[in-house]
Amino acid sequence: MRTIDSVKAGAGPGVAVGARGGRRRGWRGASGAGRQLHAGWPTYLVLGVFTVGSLYPLVWQVFAASHTTARLAETTPPFWFGDRLVENLGSAWGDANMSRAVVNTVFVAGTVTLSTVVFATLAGFAFAKLRFRAKNVLLTAVIGTMMVPPQLTVVPMFMAVAELGWTDHLQAVILPMMVSAFGVFFMRQYLAQALPGELVEAARVDGANSLRIVWHVVFPAARPAMAVLGMLTFVMAWNEFFWPIIALTQQNPTVQVALTNLGRGYVQDQGVVMAGALIATLPLLLVFVVFGRQIVGGIMNGALKG
Amino acid sequence: MTTHHAKAASPASAGGAAPGPRVPRQRSASGAAVEARRLERRSRRYRWDVRFSPYAFISPFFLFFAAFGLFPLLYTGWASLHQVSLSHPNDMEWVGLGNFTRLWNDEFFWDALRNTFTIGVLSTVPQLAMALGLAHLLNYRMRGSMLFRVAMLAPYATSVAAAAMVFSMLYGRDYGAVNWALGLVGIDAVDWQSGQWSSQFAVSSIVIWRWTGYNTLIYLAAMQAVPGDLYESASLDGASRWQQFRHVTLPSLRPTILFTVVVSTIGATQLFGEPMLFGGGDANGGAGGQFQTLGLYLYEMGWFNRHLGRASAIAWTMFLLLIVIGLVYWALSRWVSRSGGEEG
Repeated sequence: MRTIDSVKAGAGPGVAVGARGGRRRGWRGASGAGRQLHAGWPTYLVLGVFTVGSLYPLVWQVFAASHTTARLAETTPPFWFGDRLVENLGSAWGDANMSRAVVNTVFVAGTVTLSTVVFATLAGFAFAKLRFRAKNVLLTAVIGTMMVPPQLTVVPMFMAVAELGWTDHLQAVILPMMVSAFGVFFMRQYLAQALPGELVEAARVDGANSLRIVWHVVFPAARPAMAVLGMLTFVMAWNEFFWPIIALTQQNPTVQVALTNLGRGYVQDQGVVMAGALIATLPLLLVFVVFGRQIVGGIMNGALKG
Repeated sequence: MTTHHAKAASPASAGGAAPGPRVPRQRSASGAAVEARRLERRSRRYRWDVRFSPYAFISPFFLFFAAFGLFPLLYTGWASLHQVSLSHPNDMEWVGLGNFTRLWNDEFFWDALRNTFTIGVLSTVPQLAMALGLAHLLNYRMRGSMLFRVAMLAPYATSVAAAAMVFSMLYGRDYGAVNWALGLVGIDAVDWQSGQWSSQFAVSSIVIWRWTGYNTLIYLAAMQAVPGDLYESASLDGASRWQQFRHVTLPSLRPTILFTVVVSTIGATQLFGEPMLFGGGDANGGAGGQFQTLGLYLYEMGWFNRHLGRASAIAWTMFLLLIVIGLVYWALSRWVSRSGGEEG
């Protein structure tokens, strides 16, 4: 019975089984299967190799961002930090418009995260705990919308943006991302088990209307899942790529748009290009270092019912 | 929405009196009538609340989806029947199925379709196979398990653009780290950009790098949900680790595997950013289009060749493709759940 809380609290695998909360809390019932087997050294070796493989391109990015183009054009690639990191970061920040891009992206991703989490919690609560007609059909429809690929929407959205004169305006990239089917489903799965139906009924008997119930009962119960969904949404919104490079230009870019321009040879210096990529990656990696456990727990818990 | 509460609590202040000791409310016959009406109003409000607030709560999702999902989807279909130029997107000229017949006779389209398929297989199959193996290893009792999980998920937090740019430098022909490492073991430098297979392998490796950790976690979650006594009885029967994996883990994971295959296939069909930035931000997918995917071809058609109508036709072709894939998987999943039921 591991909840996000217990993952956060650092409970090791299996330790928290049954120790926390009642039956209703958390997503998962079963303890770890197969955990009776201890890992031998080959297991550590293989996992170590894959860990290095996962992290090496990120580390190499820092190496490359700290060298001159001339150094990067030598036959032996760099395996350690050079002395140009600060200069390259400065050039990327100033010349390549990364400063503007970062500010824009923080605003876009922040707005998108807030609205996605609130709307997903409302809808997830309705699907998990309220009774209404056509509920199952509508929930299936929500899941079905995940099948619509972004390529199918860009042409009309581009026409609309051109018509409204919204090219380079941030609302053009914010509005299409304000809700998420994954978020609705994620919150439904969590609330179905984490929020006791009696609590909602009791609040109703006390005369609370639905909005009060949401504010005083649902939001507090949903907080751990809202935090995880918020982080996942922020990562997705920060990395959103296809639509922004169509709707925005170098005049008012998000990080990914500015980065694409760097990749197109907007700046010749390869060290500066890698510094730009580093600026685009670093904020999310910091989020990961701090909240890695919760994100891992959220993906695993969210996945289970998928 | 706290209004009815406030009204119910202080009828006296509503009448203009200073908030003081409560005035007894049911004094006269008319007072009782007022009270009855108030109750009536309150219960009507309650019924409305219970009946309509669920729809209010789910409506933001459906409104936004209608505006930014469903309407564009249908309008793309409408636009695919027209000739539309990027410079004058609102002058649409009816061409019927002309865009689709041109696509049918367009060798670039077939190349892109073929590339999407081969890159999709090259990226999805090794990715999911490795994820399955890694999840199995992570499922052992061990130290630092969370550290491994977080580290393997780190690529997932890296944007497509950053990842593709880093990899295209690593795969550089003359100064790339990959060719340098190959040189150490005596293999000649590979021109990763220009070869058909080498470039598709390189693009696939970006996808594999970004998504293996994510799929590992999904498999791990599913493995931890397998009841432990299944393993206990298997090991009592003398099953080896491999036999346990083969006969206990894999069958229990079938629905999850199908789910990840579906998600990865959808992702592979839409592949766009990786090939674009691996090719230095051009939409042609290499000088000979050797790694141009359907998503990239759509972008080139619409925003470089400036034919939005034909781009829409590509988009709808992709959609039809996804529907076909979805139906195949749906049939497969029914078959899987039926045969799973027989076994277990």
